Amino acid sequence: MRRVVVTGLGMVSPLGGNVETSWKNIIASKSGAATITRFDATDYKCRIACEVKPADHEYGYDASLDVDHKIQRQVDPFIVFGISAASEALRDAGLDNMTEEERLRAGCSIGSGIGGLPGIESESLVLANKGPSRVSPHFVHGRLINLISGQVSIKYGLMGPNHAVVTACSTGAHSIGDAARMIAMDDADVMLAGGAESAICPIGIAGFAQARALSTNFNDTPEKASRPYDVNRDGFVMGEGAGVVVLEEYERAKARGAHIYAEVIGYGLSGDAYHVTAPHPEGSGGYRSMEMALKKSGLSLEDIDYVNAHGTSTPLGDELELGAVKRLFGDHLSSMSMSSTKSAIGHLLGGAGAVESIFCILAMRDQIVPPTLNLDEPSESCKGVDLVPHVAKERKVRAVLNNSFGFGGTNASLIMKAV
Amino acid sequence: MSETADRVKKIVVEHLGVEAEKVTEDASFIDDLGADSLDIVELVMAFEEEFGVEIPDDAAEKIATVKDAIDYIDSKQ
Repeated sequence: MRRVVVTGLGMVSPLGGNVETSWKNIIASKSGAATITRFDATDYKCRIACEVKPADHEYGYDASLDVDHKIQRQVDPFIVFGISAASEALRDAGLDNMTEEERLRAGCSIGSGIGGLPGIESESLVLANKGPSRVSPHFVHGRLINLISGQVSIKYGLMGPNHAVVTACSTGAHSIGDAARMIAMDDADVMLAGGAESAICPIGIAGFAQARALSTNFNDTPEKASRPYDVNRDGFVMGEGAGVVVLEEYERAKARGAHIYAEVIGYGLSGDAYHVTAPHPEGSGGYRSMEMALKKSGLSLEDIDYVNAHGTSTPLGDELELGAVKRLFGDHLSSMSMSSTKSAIGHLLGGAGAVESIFCILAMRDQIVPPTLNLDEPSESCKGVDLVPHVAKERKVRAVLNNSFGFGGTNASLIMKAV
Repeated sequence: MSETADRVKKIVVEHLGVEAEKVTEDASFIDDLGADSLDIVELVMAFEEEFGVEIPDDAAEKIATVKDAIDYIDSKQ
C-alpha cells in the first residue's frame, strides 16, 4: 500500500481566518463563542454560537483573499470557507501552481454535514414572498455540498477524483480517511481533503435546539457554554468554518522536499445501528471505530499520546465516548491526554473532524496539547483521564487519535503520527 | 450619462464584482465582464427588480452589452 502524508494545512475557524491564528488562540485558551450576530436570535432558546469573525476583528476572516467577489455573492458561506481553507492548504504545501500532469493526479474530497442551509432558508422565503421567477439562478449550485470540491477543482485545475462526503459531524474525518485511501489505492497522488460548515441561521439554530442538541443555559455567558465533561454541560454550541489538509503520496512528497507534517496511518469507520441522534448506550460504535483505526495503524495504545475527542458538550455523548476511550486504552489511559477543542470553537459539524485533525497535527509539531475549556467540575467518570482542563499542556506527542461521531450513528477515527 | 445607465452600471459592478471603469456601454457581459449565462439571468432579474419592468426570456437573450440593457429598459419606461 502507498503511504499517505499531510503536507499542507488550511483553516477558517471562529478563532482565526487561517491555521496559525486559530492555533495560537486555541493554545491561549480563547473562546470563539458569543451572542449570535447573523440574525436577531432574541426569541430563540439558544442565542449563542461560535461565528467566524468579520475581517476587521482581531482574529477575523477575510474572504476576499482567496474568493472572488462574484462567487462570494452566489454561494453559501460554507463553500466560501472551504475555498479559503483549501487555498491556504495548497499554498502551505507549495502546490498552488502544479503542472497539468500533476493536476491530472490531484483531486478534492471536501464535504459538509448540512451544506447551504442559510441559502436554502433565504431563497425559500424569496419563493414564498416573491414567486418562482425571483429565485436565484445560482440557488442550486450555490448550496450543494459537493460544490466546495467543484469550486476548488475549477479554481486550481485539479482533474483527479472529485468527491464530497456527507456524514453529518463525521464528515471531516471521513473525508480525510477516504481521500487517504484514494491515494493509497493509486487513484490520485495529491488530495485536498476536509470539511466545512456554516449553518448559523434561524432554521439551523431552531432545528438543532428543537432536537435538544444545543446549550441553552449559558445565553448570558456564551464563553462558558461549551464545557465538555463538566457536570453542568447542557448541549453543544454551534460553530462554523472549514478545515482542509493536503494529502500526498509519501514518496512524491519526499522527492520534492515537501515539509511533511504527519502520516495518516489509521482510519476506522463504523455505524451504531441504534438511533438517529442518540449514541449507542454502550458507546460501542465509537469503540469499534477507534479499535479499527488502531489495528490499521499498527501502533500500540502506548504510542498514542493525544486524543482529540468528539466531546461536543452534550450530557450523553461525552459520557459514552469517555467510557469507550477508557475501555479501549485500559492500562494505558494514564499516559495519554485527551481534550475537546469544541470547548473553544464550538461544534463545526461537517468541518469538525478536519479542523480537529489539524489541531492534532499541530499538537505533534509543537509538542503541546490544546485545553478543554470550562472543565470546572469534571463528571465522576473523568477520574483517571487527563482532560487538559483550562490550559494547554506541553508534553511529548508522537501519535494522535481524532474521533468524530455523527447523527445517524456514523463514526470515524483517524490516527496520525509524526514522520 | 442617463440615470438608467448609472443604475444599470451600479448593478453590474455589484453583481459581477468588476471595476466600475470596465463597465462601459459597449462592454459585453460575457466577453468583457466575465459573466456566464447564469450571471446574465441574475442580472436581468436585478434589472427587473430595480426598474420595475418585466424582461421576458426572448428579450433577455438579446441583451449582450451594457447598452443593450440600458436601451431595453429605457424603451419600457
